[in-house]
Amino acid sequence: MEIRLQNLTKTFPCRDRKAGRSVRRKKEDKTNTNTAGAEKSADIENAAKNRQSAKSGQDVIAVNDFTFTIPDGKLIGLLGPSGCGKSTTLNLISGLLTPTSGRIFFGQDDVTELPPEHRGIGLVFQNYALYPHLTVRQNILFPLENRKGKDRLTKTQMQEMADEVARLVQIDTLMERKPGELSGGQQQRVAIARALVKQPRVLLLDEPLSNLDARLRLQTREEIRRIQRETGITTIFVTHDQDEAMSISDQIVVMRDGVVQQTGRPQEVYDSPANLFVAKFLGTPPINVFEGRVRDGVLYIGTDALPGMLERLSGVSVWSANSELTSGTVCGAGVTVNERQGMQKTSAAVKTNAGSAGFEDREVWVGIRPEGFLLREDGPLCCDLTGVEVMGRDVSVLSRNEASVSRTVRSIISTDNQVDTSSATVRFALRPEKVFLFDKETEERI
Amino acid sequence: MDMAKGRFGNIKGWLYLLPAVLFLGAFLVYPLIDVFIYSFEEGYNFTSQTYYGVGIYNYSYVLHDTYFLQAVKNTFLLVVITVPVSTGLALLISVALHSIKRFRNLLQTIYFLPYVTNTLAVGLVFMILFKKTAYSDGMINLLIHFFGGSSIDFIDGPYWAKMLVLCIYTIWVVMPFKILILTGALASVNEDYYKAARVDGTSKFRIFYKITLPMISPMIFYLVITGFIGAFKAYSDVVALFGTDLNAAGMNTIVGYVYDMLYGDSGGYPSYASAAAIILFVIVLTITCINLMISRKNVSYQ
Amino acid sequence: MKVEKTMDTSFDYKKLEASERIRARILGVVKGIFLALWALIVLFPFYWMVLTSVKSYGEYSSESVPKFFTLTPTLENYASAFTEVPLARYLANTLIFAVLTTAIMLVVITLSAFAFARLEFRGKNAVFVFFLSLMMIPNELVIITNFVTITNLELRNTFAGLILPSVTSVFYIYLLKENFEQIPDSLYYAAKVDGTSDFKYLWKVMLPISKPTMTTITILKVIECWNSYVWPRLITDDQNYYLVSNGIQEIRENGFGRENIPAMMAAVVVISVPLIVLFLIFRKQIMAGVSRGGLKQ
Repeated sequence: MEIRLQNLTKTFPCRDRKAGRSVRRKKEDKTNTNTAGAEKSADIENAAKNRQSAKSGQDVIAVNDFTFTIPDGKLIGLLGPSGCGKSTTLNLISGLLTPTSGRIFFGQDDVTELPPEHRGIGLVFQNYALYPHLTVRQNILFPLENRKGKDRLTKTQMQEMADEVARLVQIDTLMERKPGELSGGQQQRVAIARALVKQPRVLLLDEPLSNLDARLRLQTREEIRRIQRETGITTIFVTHDQDEAMSISDQIVVMRDGVVQQTGRPQEVYDSPANLFVAKFLGTPPINVFEGRVRDGVLYIGTDALPGMLERLSGVSVWSANSELTSGTVCGAGVTVNERQGMQKTSAAVKTNAGSAGFEDREVWVGIRPEGFLLREDGPLCCDLTGVEVMGRDVSVLSRNEASVSRTVRSIISTDNQVDTSSATVRFALRPEKVFLFDKETEERI
Repeated sequence: MDMAKGRFGNIKGWLYLLPAVLFLGAFLVYPLIDVFIYSFEEGYNFTSQTYYGVGIYNYSYVLHDTYFLQAVKNTFLLVVITVPVSTGLALLISVALHSIKRFRNLLQTIYFLPYVTNTLAVGLVFMILFKKTAYSDGMINLLIHFFGGSSIDFIDGPYWAKMLVLCIYTIWVVMPFKILILTGALASVNEDYYKAARVDGTSKFRIFYKITLPMISPMIFYLVITGFIGAFKAYSDVVALFGTDLNAAGMNTIVGYVYDMLYGDSGGYPSYASAAAIILFVIVLTITCINLMISRKNVSYQ
Repeated sequence: MKVEKTMDTSFDYKKLEASERIRARILGVVKGIFLALWALIVLFPFYWMVLTSVKSYGEYSSESVPKFFTLTPTLENYASAFTEVPLARYLANTLIFAVLTTAIMLVVITLSAFAFARLEFRGKNAVFVFFLSLMMIPNELVIITNFVTITNLELRNTFAGLILPSVTSVFYIYLLKENFEQIPDSLYYAAKVDGTSDFKYLWKVMLPISKPTMTTITILKVIECWNSYVWPRLITDDQNYYLVSNGIQEIRENGFGRENIPAMMAAVVVISVPLIVLFLIFRKQIMAGVSRGGLKQ
């Protein structure tokens, strides 16, 4: 079933510990920084959730201007750092929280005012929330036993449903045990079974994997994917782990400070981040960020000019995937005034070209994915080599650059390339499809 | 989460609270206010429920009543004797109990027994043990004879003997709680302190005085405070030993005086009872405050 | 200097070891005697009461020097305890009183603790602080008005009069609230999502999880009821409503003739046994519960 969120806002006093811990923000609305993904599938509109701090008396916005439609039968990952409002969004959908304003639609039905028990949702909690005094079977039966009136089920019907869902999540041999006797992974399955047994229209998972160890996590995320495929239930899960979201979601929603940053298929978002935050948040190892600027149609990182890059980024020049920039400059540290002037002159030659691509002179952030570096003797980007880590199929080249925001620039090179570890500097050419420019102020993608 | 905060959220919480609020209001809050009113209503007549004046006469009457003064004397004696003795004894027993392994559970169980017995019932046993009758001197006098003393009637005899037996019974009754709390406190002291001290060659007495005692001092202090409060409210164990007519026996306590004023042969004066109860409350409050002030200086908290 | 001295003495390890062992042995014996002595002092009254209760009246009266044992135990005193005085009625009254008071109290405190721990309503914190402050009010202060209230309501010599003032305990509300709050919030939300009502959640989830605390509270309250003396004494003067404490006082002053000590002791044994049995069964819970703050009333 399709879920639509529309203009949701909500305030509540920060009285409990949880709200007190959460990041507090002023009510001054941050404008929605991005709606790039919206045209595709998004229709969650302005879902805003305000958290109010009792002490400061200020409203705190946990979810702001969230507009998105979750398509039927898909697995959606709500992704963001802690305190970004993703759990709040989940709780708004579940009905555990009611929005201050805005609407939520399940299909054609407006469920905004509907209490959670009537929404037909299954919710799996981060700590599973299994009833410790009940057996696995009793836990799974619990939601069914709540049904009243004509929805009431007979004992055998309930048992059949419980057995069926237990088989689906493969816990049918554990039915008579208590939650305390199960491993974390088994408890997780029981929690999913309990959520699924009432045949919900939507399955919501709150950080489903965070309480599992690394190996179980890999296994369980495949399991969630399988269960979702088999049942075809629209599933939304919350995570702060981008790997997790990327690997199993049909679509991801990246959030920050209560604002949706970008939505889309995982690969799309990775390949085309809408802003610096999304670029930094997705990808391991993380993207390398440099201070750069555009002068006369040429992109500079520090003092290294990257001629031709802007044209390729804007798509004006024809560009093949495996080609690279090769025109060189002198290594940044040694640039003299004269040389710089010389560079500007050469750049001026392509200025008309760049101008047509729409790049005016400005300060920018340059984001380069680790896999976007190519080792070239004559590469335009010059860095001080600090180390090499061999990791099987790849080599990580660690280096420093004045313009880099972080201390270390990490680039991943295939082992085919030989790195001269004795050399003090290393030169890179860049793959344009792995290079992103962001506005210095707004951090929006250029 | 705020889904409980629907239109009925507020009412629902209060609804769940309603029984407790009603009972507490009727039997705790209202009486608390009422007792002060009673204590200032002069010449209150219980049957007609009328009074003819407002003032402090009730207090003045109580404070000049010889029975009340006797009760105050008895109560203070009882407090001053039983609280230090029982706390010290409990400390000794707990330390000894803490240092042994065999029989510890058994002894703990035995020591706790007086807590779960009916004060009145066992008080009767104590009375019989100490009582001297026409035909028998009683168990305790037998012991006194054995050690070469002459027999005394502890129940109907001289004042000091009656006070002695009351103190013994009171201590016997309050010990279980103190031993329980102190053994718990001792068990919660981290063993590493002892190990460290022993490696440093600290003597056992010094370990006790410099480590154990400061560590459990909050609990000792707690026991002293509760001991004071409990002893000031002594009543049923006195009744158990000396019967309900405590004024005649000269063994009344402040609480006993309150009840006697309220009910029974000498009863029917809730105003006097209220005044006496408030005087008791003030005494207990004062002593607790003094205790708290002393403790702030001397009790070491971690 | 000091170091040297220590080294000197520490050379004779054997001697040191032996003297240490002797000191430890002596200390152990002293401790053992001390502990045994206190155990004896605690147990002796119990022994004496059982012993006296199985001596016949004739035997007891003839002992001008009390004997520490009897060769001719008899149960006749127990028979007369149940026939000559209404001991069975006292026991039944106390049982009714204890069960009803405890049951009503459990309902009242469970509802309150649930409200404090789980529900949101205006003024919750203020009410809770107010409740806590009520813990400081001594019983002696409010018993006067309660006596007048119950008398005016003409509830003297009724179970209602006996029970009503003691069906709430702020301390137990506090204890249970703390316990309820340890149950993770997510359990509640999970139940909500599944359409469980607040009351059903309380009944099906919170109470089963809090069973140990509930058990402790129940036992402590039953003990308190079994031993209560002052309030029943004020509120009952009809023997048909006497509880065991009042009963034993009545027996002592008016029953059996004042000299039939063995019969009295039989009654005392009958009154004491239920609590001691309860204690031996729930020893751990009772001791844990009492050390968490159950002061004897």
